[in-house]
Amino acid sequence: MSKTTNILLSGVGGQGIILASKILATGLMNSGYDVKMSEVHGMAQRGGSVTTQVRFGEKVYSPIIGKGQADILVSFEEMETAKWMEFVKPEGTVVINTFRIPSAPILIGKADYPEGVIAEVKSNVENTQLLDAATMAKELGNVKAMNVIMVGALVKGLGLTDINWEDVIKSLVKEKFIELNVKAFNLGFNAVK
Amino acid sequence: MKKLMTGNEAVARGAFEAGVTFASAYPGTPSTEILENMAQYKADVYCEWAPNEKVALETAIGASIAGARSLAAMKHVGVNVAADPLFTFGYTGVTGGMVLVSADDPGCHSSQNEQDNRYYAKFAKIACIEPSDSQESLDFMKEAYKISEDFDVAVLFRMTTRTCHSKTLVEEGERVPVAMKEYVKQPGKYVAAPATAKKLHPIVEDKLVALEKFSNETPLNRVEMNDKKIGIITSGVAYQYAKEVFGDKASYLKLGFTFPLPMDKIRAFANEVETLYVIEELEPFIEEQMKVAGIDCIGKAVIPRIGELNPDIIAKAILGEDRPVVQMSEESIVGRPPTLCAGCPHRGFFYALTKKRNVMVTGDIGCYTLGAAEPLNMIDTVIDMGASISMGHGAAQAFAKNGVEKKVVSVIGDSTFFHTGVNSLMDVVYNGSNTVNVILDNRITGMTGHQENPGSGYTLMGTRAKEINIPALCAAIGVEHIQTINPLILDDVSKALDEAFAFEGPSVIITRWPCVLKKFSPEDIKEFDLAPSVCEVIDEKCRGCRVCTKTGCPAISFNKETKLASIDKTMCVGCEVCLQSCPFDAIEKVGK
Repeated sequence: MSKTTNILLSGVGGQGIILASKILATGLMNSGYDVKMSEVHGMAQRGGSVTTQVRFGEKVYSPIIGKGQADILVSFEEMETAKWMEFVKPEGTVVINTFRIPSAPILIGKADYPEGVIAEVKSNVENTQLLDAATMAKELGNVKAMNVIMVGALVKGLGLTDINWEDVIKSLVKEKFIELNVKAFNLGFNAVK
Repeated sequence: MKKLMTGNEAVARGAFEAGVTFASAYPGTPSTEILENMAQYKADVYCEWAPNEKVALETAIGASIAGARSLAAMKHVGVNVAADPLFTFGYTGVTGGMVLVSADDPGCHSSQNEQDNRYYAKFAKIACIEPSDSQESLDFMKEAYKISEDFDVAVLFRMTTRTCHSKTLVEEGERVPVAMKEYVKQPGKYVAAPATAKKLHPIVEDKLVALEKFSNETPLNRVEMNDKKIGIITSGVAYQYAKEVFGDKASYLKLGFTFPLPMDKIRAFANEVETLYVIEELEPFIEEQMKVAGIDCIGKAVIPRIGELNPDIIAKAILGEDRPVVQMSEESIVGRPPTLCAGCPHRGFFYALTKKRNVMVTGDIGCYTLGAAEPLNMIDTVIDMGASISMGHGAAQAFAKNGVEKKVVSVIGDSTFFHTGVNSLMDVVYNGSNTVNVILDNRITGMTGHQENPGSGYTLMGTRAKEINIPALCAAIGVEHIQTINPLILDDVSKALDEAFAFEGPSVIITRWPCVLKKFSPEDIKEFDLAPSVCEVIDEKCRGCRVCTKTGCPAISFNKETKLASIDKTMCVGCEVCLQSCPFDAIEKVGK
């Protein structure tokens, strides 16, 4: 296997995961890495699960990874974390946004929102970090900024500090949202070790 | 400067650089973004959405015969719709270069089957090209047009979900304009009457011989010789997966041009290596032809023919590598099936339909397919586009002939009605079927992300277009009972269904309300009351009966502790379907 870093982002349609992945992939490309990004489209915008993969390194072949190969899983929704755990290396990292979006079976009372996800993830992957991005985003005045808060946290976790992320954000978001997103990025960046 | 591009963006760019001036498609995941991206080059390329894939291909064939380089794009099942012109176009050949992009969907990410369309190239006797990433998607498009013109053959450009939707680095080139060939009338080539067709067939066989020679020579099929213990023949994104697993520890014959196969090159490669594997996604397209040619190899004996490949599957299949995997308990995983959006106009219709007994509901392909999901459970069948109306006709005739009392309701979207539903409705009327045909008109092609269609009043290139009047069209076909209703008013839906059930003969109900996610046109704003508002549960009146949750709205939830329903204000758009469903008047509308 080539030396490539594998990142998995998961969450729910509408949470801005595709934009988050684009910011990440563009930053990596700008700093000279080979990058491939894969996303699952289709029925996802209708409240379904969404996942993207970003792979970077000197030379990247496959745009997707197999089970047990993600170095980092960044989960934008608590319950969605569980579905992608089999893709995470046991010695990898999991970053969870402790934000809950009940799915259809939960809304109609056929199932309960699972309570033990975080504990179970922690028992499997030692390096698990929690983030309350919803509260942080509300402080910024826009709950939708959660996605860029998560990117900030991820970038810090990866140690990708020598890339000009502010320029990347400027190139990808509408002008009136630049300030909000830069703030969100920094908030996430400073929230993790 | 390099750019991150999806394969679909790169295909559009490649066609643009190759001097294409005509492009047509019907939207379908994973192919949709090809034409959406072509539209940015509209100053040089005429682009349009066709009502279906057959029309898209035929218009592109017309442009090619007229002398221009042309493109048609569709998803794999779309090629089934376009198969009729494709096979004869295989006989006639081209004037201007012509490429048909087929976006296959291994793994059924958003499709009703996972057919391998390389067989269409072989079946229709045209060339097949398979890129493995975005750079190749761009570069191979330019090659495809050269091949098309040099060999007088259409090219099937086979993408898959992963090549379509993965972003990889691409270096763009310049557009090289290609002059239109002078139009010359050639009935001996383009009038495929039986006498002509008979003469064309041997010409096509000769072309295939010439193409196989080319296949052995072209750098699109290249050898990467490393360690000779393992040799791998592969194509498309499977090449990237194989490289990921074996790197420089194996030798590769990487095929970009896969029909006709370069059999001499394959044989020479096979003779060089110790163990030969064929790694291809889905069907044993390459493997079968090799075995017929007497070249031994290991393919589907170890590589699955079902679903999408990944490096992990290949490593496990060939090297026996198994990685430790984190197993989560069943309790921590709750499904997240896709649902109709909060405020989706289809919900009101389906919810009202749940109150009717003894009906069979034939469904179709689109967002409204989700009417089959819990808690609505209102669709009995989904096969292909347009099928709801014709299947409903068949079912109704079978019920009637065999003395079964059952009402058949066929539901279809606006875009799908234009696609092939209208033909089926002609069958229903002409053959006097007693079915209720519901056209769920949400004023846009919703499922694939809001493409314009003949009913929406705009074209792909953004110009105002003549809107097709669905009630007038149905009347012209001969439907005598036509009702147009607002699907968000449950009593109106119920009344319309009762009337249609009572009517003897074919009837049509058009539910007209815009998709809640679409960008409203000035005409939408004028026609519909789209003022933002929300619904709210009055806690004192709520008795916790959960009827409102049976509408399946993702904005409504039931709190097991308080035994009360509540509505998520950020999702609710105030469609009032839940309000009408509540038996205790416990939901009211408030401003936003």
